[in-house]
Amino acid sequence: MAKAMLIDVSKCTGCRACQVACKAWNDLPGEVTTCLGYYDNPPDLSPNTWNRIAFYEIEREGGQVAWLFRSIRCMHCTDAPCVRVCPTGALYKDPLGFTAYDESKCNGCGYCTQFCPFHIPRLKDATVWGKGKVAKCTFCQDRVVNGLIPACAQACPTGAIEFGERDELVAEGRARVDTLKAKGYDEANLYGKNLLGGLGTMYVLTDPPDTFGLPEAPSGALAEVWQLQTLGGIGIAVGATALGLLINWLIARKQIKVEEM
Amino acid sequence: MNATKISRRQFIKLAGTATGSLLLPSSAALAAAGWLNFPLHKPVGEAPSICCFCAVGCGLIVAADAEGKRVINVEGDPDHPINRGSLCSKGMTLSQLNTVDGKVNPRRLQKAKYRAPGSSSWEEKSLDWALDQIVQRIKTTRDKHFISQDGGGRTVNRLEAIASLGGAALDNEECSLIVKAMRSLGLVYIEHQARICHSSTVAALAESFGRGAMTNHWCDIQNSDCVIIVGSNAAETHPVSFKWVTKAMEQNGARLISIDPRFTRSSAKADIYARMRSGTDIAFFGGMIKWVLDDMAANPGRYNMTYVTEYTNMSFLVNPEFETATENDGKFSGFVPGADPNYGKYDKSTWTFQKDEKGIILKDKSLQDPNCVFQLLKRQYARYDPDTVCAITGTDVETFLKVCETYARLTGPVGKAGTIMYAMGATQHTHGTQNIRAYAILQLLLGNIGVAGGGINALRGESNVQGSTDHALLYHILPGYLSPPVATQTTLQEHLDAKVASFATADPKSASWWLNYPKYYVSLLRSWYGDNATEANEFGYQWLPKLDPAANYSHIALFEAMAAGVIKGLICWGQNPAVGGPNSFAERQALQKLDWLVTVDLWETETCAFWQEPGVDPADIQTEVFLLPAAASYEKEGSIVNSGRWSQWRWKAVDPVGDAKPDLEIINELMLKVSELYEAEGGAAPEPITRLRWKGWYDASPLPRGAESLVDLVSREINGWAESQINNADGTVQYEEGKLLGSFAHLRADGATSSANWLYTQSYNEKDGNRQKWRDNVDYHPAGIGTYAKWSWCWPLNRRIIYNRAAVDLDGNPWDPEDFVIKWDPTLSDGKGGWAGDVPDGGWPPMNMEGTRYPFIMKPEGHGHIFGPGLVDGPFPEHYEPLESPTIHPLSGTQHNPAIKVWRPDEIGTPDEYPIVATTYRVTEHWQAGQMTRNLPWLVELMPQMFVEMSEELAAEIGVKNAELVTVESRRGSIQAVAIVTKRFKPMQVNGRLVHQIGMPWHWGFQGLSVGDSANKLSPHVGDANTMIPEYKAFLVRVKKGGL
Repeated sequence: MAKAMLIDVSKCTGCRACQVACKAWNDLPGEVTTCLGYYDNPPDLSPNTWNRIAFYEIEREGGQVAWLFRSIRCMHCTDAPCVRVCPTGALYKDPLGFTAYDESKCNGCGYCTQFCPFHIPRLKDATVWGKGKVAKCTFCQDRVVNGLIPACAQACPTGAIEFGERDELVAEGRARVDTLKAKGYDEANLYGKNLLGGLGTMYVLTDPPDTFGLPEAPSGALAEVWQLQTLGGIGIAVGATALGLLINWLIARKQIKVEEM
Repeated sequence: MNATKISRRQFIKLAGTATGSLLLPSSAALAAAGWLNFPLHKPVGEAPSICCFCAVGCGLIVAADAEGKRVINVEGDPDHPINRGSLCSKGMTLSQLNTVDGKVNPRRLQKAKYRAPGSSSWEEKSLDWALDQIVQRIKTTRDKHFISQDGGGRTVNRLEAIASLGGAALDNEECSLIVKAMRSLGLVYIEHQARICHSSTVAALAESFGRGAMTNHWCDIQNSDCVIIVGSNAAETHPVSFKWVTKAMEQNGARLISIDPRFTRSSAKADIYARMRSGTDIAFFGGMIKWVLDDMAANPGRYNMTYVTEYTNMSFLVNPEFETATENDGKFSGFVPGADPNYGKYDKSTWTFQKDEKGIILKDKSLQDPNCVFQLLKRQYARYDPDTVCAITGTDVETFLKVCETYARLTGPVGKAGTIMYAMGATQHTHGTQNIRAYAILQLLLGNIGVAGGGINALRGESNVQGSTDHALLYHILPGYLSPPVATQTTLQEHLDAKVASFATADPKSASWWLNYPKYYVSLLRSWYGDNATEANEFGYQWLPKLDPAANYSHIALFEAMAAGVIKGLICWGQNPAVGGPNSFAERQALQKLDWLVTVDLWETETCAFWQEPGVDPADIQTEVFLLPAAASYEKEGSIVNSGRWSQWRWKAVDPVGDAKPDLEIINELMLKVSELYEAEGGAAPEPITRLRWKGWYDASPLPRGAESLVDLVSREINGWAESQINNADGTVQYEEGKLLGSFAHLRADGATSSANWLYTQSYNEKDGNRQKWRDNVDYHPAGIGTYAKWSWCWPLNRRIIYNRAAVDLDGNPWDPEDFVIKWDPTLSDGKGGWAGDVPDGGWPPMNMEGTRYPFIMKPEGHGHIFGPGLVDGPFPEHYEPLESPTIHPLSGTQHNPAIKVWRPDEIGTPDEYPIVATTYRVTEHWQAGQMTRNLPWLVELMPQMFVEMSEELAAEIGVKNAELVTVESRRGSIQAVAIVTKRFKPMQVNGRLVHQIGMPWHWGFQGLSVGDSANKLSPHVGDANTMIPEYKAFLVRVKKGGL
């Protein structure tokens, strides 16, 4: 039942249609950038850039150069650390599998930005008292819920970004890995099938994950500890009841002050 | 569950099932509270359009706000058979052409502007005021400089003092009216982007196969067994083409070969990457041709020898006096040196075929005769062994051999197909036409033309550059590739006789379709001059401007004439030569010589603002400048033709911004005013203007011929109609007066029909209506090869793969029964037989049947040209070094193409001073001269600055670190750019010496959101021998640490 995206880097041409599609659908402004000696831009995710292509220039054995491209965006972990630590329920797991976001609930505490093992959510306007909001890929939740596919997946010219049933995409990802291995990519692998309960953004990689800046073993353990300590038994069971929200919010406010000291 | 609309009720149910999973803290509660119901925050859009950037022709859907004023969303059209909902980064920004942050893009032109002589600023004006002023300037200049007769006393009716430039981004209907207007004013300097991007393609493909266009189309790439991308970086410049390359690789197991000086985003996807020094394609492909010829001798079973002997001119016997470049130190027989003995012209009297007494060409199908084309080809390329080739190209021999073997093995056998995708890296050389010829010869040798997954796919770079070429915004053609008259052809009959003689054939199996030329010519004149075109006045032939047969009016010549003061006024339709022109610094200086300049554009480009360039004092410049605001692609409607010849309609989605208008309305109003003025005041040669079918026609109310709008009228006019009733032979009515024609086969030379472009006759007919609007995306082809015959319409006659009669054997059975294009079906037509599949390229029966014709119907002899005597610089491609080269020619004493014209010999750099090879290119995120992308914030974010890419080795040599500023200098000028130091460039061994190469995008200029130096300040004013396409892609520079 869960939806997912499968990003096959072997099919990605680095055209960055997905990067602009994300901005276009989500009405995000262009950032002011400079050329930093490579094609990547903006150089990092930001509140106004939820998806970006990173370019990796490597030399393989025998001196053959390779140019790899990876779309960096929210991984939509099944067991999402950001959801665990979000005190307000702004971040939550949608039944369709993605890590959904309700900006109206975000209090800008920034925990998600600290606990995400992939360093994805970014705070816009880091004012402590009330104005800050986090931003990240929402899986184009309004499109998906209304029968459209996410803007990035629709835009992708080569089918490198596929959207669909997670189970089917896992099977397809495995088949793609086999094909790549047969083509000589001995280290081809499917990334994200089981990590953090299974990622909603999975990758078919031609090379080991660290080549693409991906952790081999991303962990949500810290978030779990945090959640148990901070939220106690309340958050898990009751979730976003009014009482829980209030308590979470108060605790969060307190904590953020401590943290920033 | 599919991603269909989910009701709130379903949601709650789904949420309920999820509560058991670990750590989904509150989804049930949230869902119960109704917080998961997300309406779309904006509509997706409904108005279909076609992207205005490259010529893939991707479909868009555009959403406007409730008032139809601002664009709120643009995305790919999921129904479109080519892009299927996807777009590239440029296409995805298209909403910003109109709207940024909910308001009109602040950089869009919304008012007409005027710059007075010597002024340092613009004044805002009304469009009407500007048009009145422009019309006055046109008339003054025309009346003063009109040439009625040439020195020989011949009527020429031409005007050299005004030039028209640009139009590749315009709709067909706009191009059609601009050509009609400009020719009627007497202009001969009519040029546009096609000259400087693919003119060499048109010349080479027309010489090789008969037509100058991409042979197949985008979706057909999926049928390929092996794809070569050379002189192109399709993944970056035609990103959606990679949907089809990827499909071929994934579903067909196709291999991808990338041949490029730089490892690109296309190379990144390739199975084989071969590095090649810029400007050495003929050495590389000549080497491949030699490899195939040698292999053919050893393993003929691996090739389609029937195709080679029956469908190409390989078996033709050539004049025994003919000498290849091998025998003649790099030149072919007949070279006549000029004042500088390195350059001259060919006397082509030995480049002929032997004929029998009836005039039929002699053949030796055993291919053994020493004068047959096969043997000559072997002789021509005998020198192109792998070691010699690689010493020229800088490729490593092992990789070169792998390319040869892979391509020949995968695409040579019967039923296999390979395609070559190329663009400016191939065309923009002093031997650009011959580069493409080399690809054509290889493809004919391997039987790859006419078949699915085969062909030569010229990737055209502007959304309608195919259409603007078809409609002839070029000095040397009239619409539909007819010829403008030259001064020596003093009557219509002389012109037609000369043309028909050049297509004559004695062979009854030759269709030689161009023999129909007079019908198309008279129909064009009838369309332009309406009822004023009569047999008695040669259908208005004398009103057409006659070219000086010795003159060249192409892009470089145009700017040289401007620099020399010959051209006084320029009308520029969306072209930006101040950035995109070769030696653009010189072209900017030439603009200063103009009395007046009109630009019609969406933006303030470097061209219209040349007097504001930093370092230039406006007080010194007396040029008056008029800037007219134009509507963007989806702010108007009309048709455009993609690279694969599909003419697609785009509908209007929103109103133009401010006072902006479609170019169609601007040219119409301009010519109405010109006509009024000439009717009122007279002047030099008023007839070509006052007798034109314009005033009283395009402003009639209601519009003539039942047209709904001006664009509809012009679209009908392009197709053509019966000007008077036409009867069949049996006396029955074929067409009543005014009825739209169904085929160009119905056009006539007697004045009974009109068509503004014969190639488009059928596009808008009585039975089907406007077929360019067709949007049925079902693939009706019986083999499922993806022709999408009811999606839009393509020329000629909706034939999706041209030369497809070469895709079958002599009995009409397809070489590839699975992915066939056409096949002969004896059961069709009541047992008489007929072709199934795509529209056949000539409906005649197969070669083994009575009444057949050879498959290359546009060539007088009906065969594909391996020996191509029609070009000016040789029947075979011979490697020459670019005008600026780092090495002495290793193969012969003929360093450069000997048939070129060198315009500025004192501006040519030498390797002792400028040791580094440079080339230019585009990136995905910007487009052409940059005005359409450097004003869009999302694209400027992605590629914010002018840069230069260089190898780590070169950077170390000059002490430059990544991201530092460097200065690049050529003999023409200097620019600064950010260094991108990369592993993707490597120094090469060329002729025993280490040679560095660098590369630069050419998108930048001094106007826009993102500004930077223009790479074309460095490129030379020298052109290809056949078409004068500039040599942008190989020149010499030096690089220094630090900016200017």
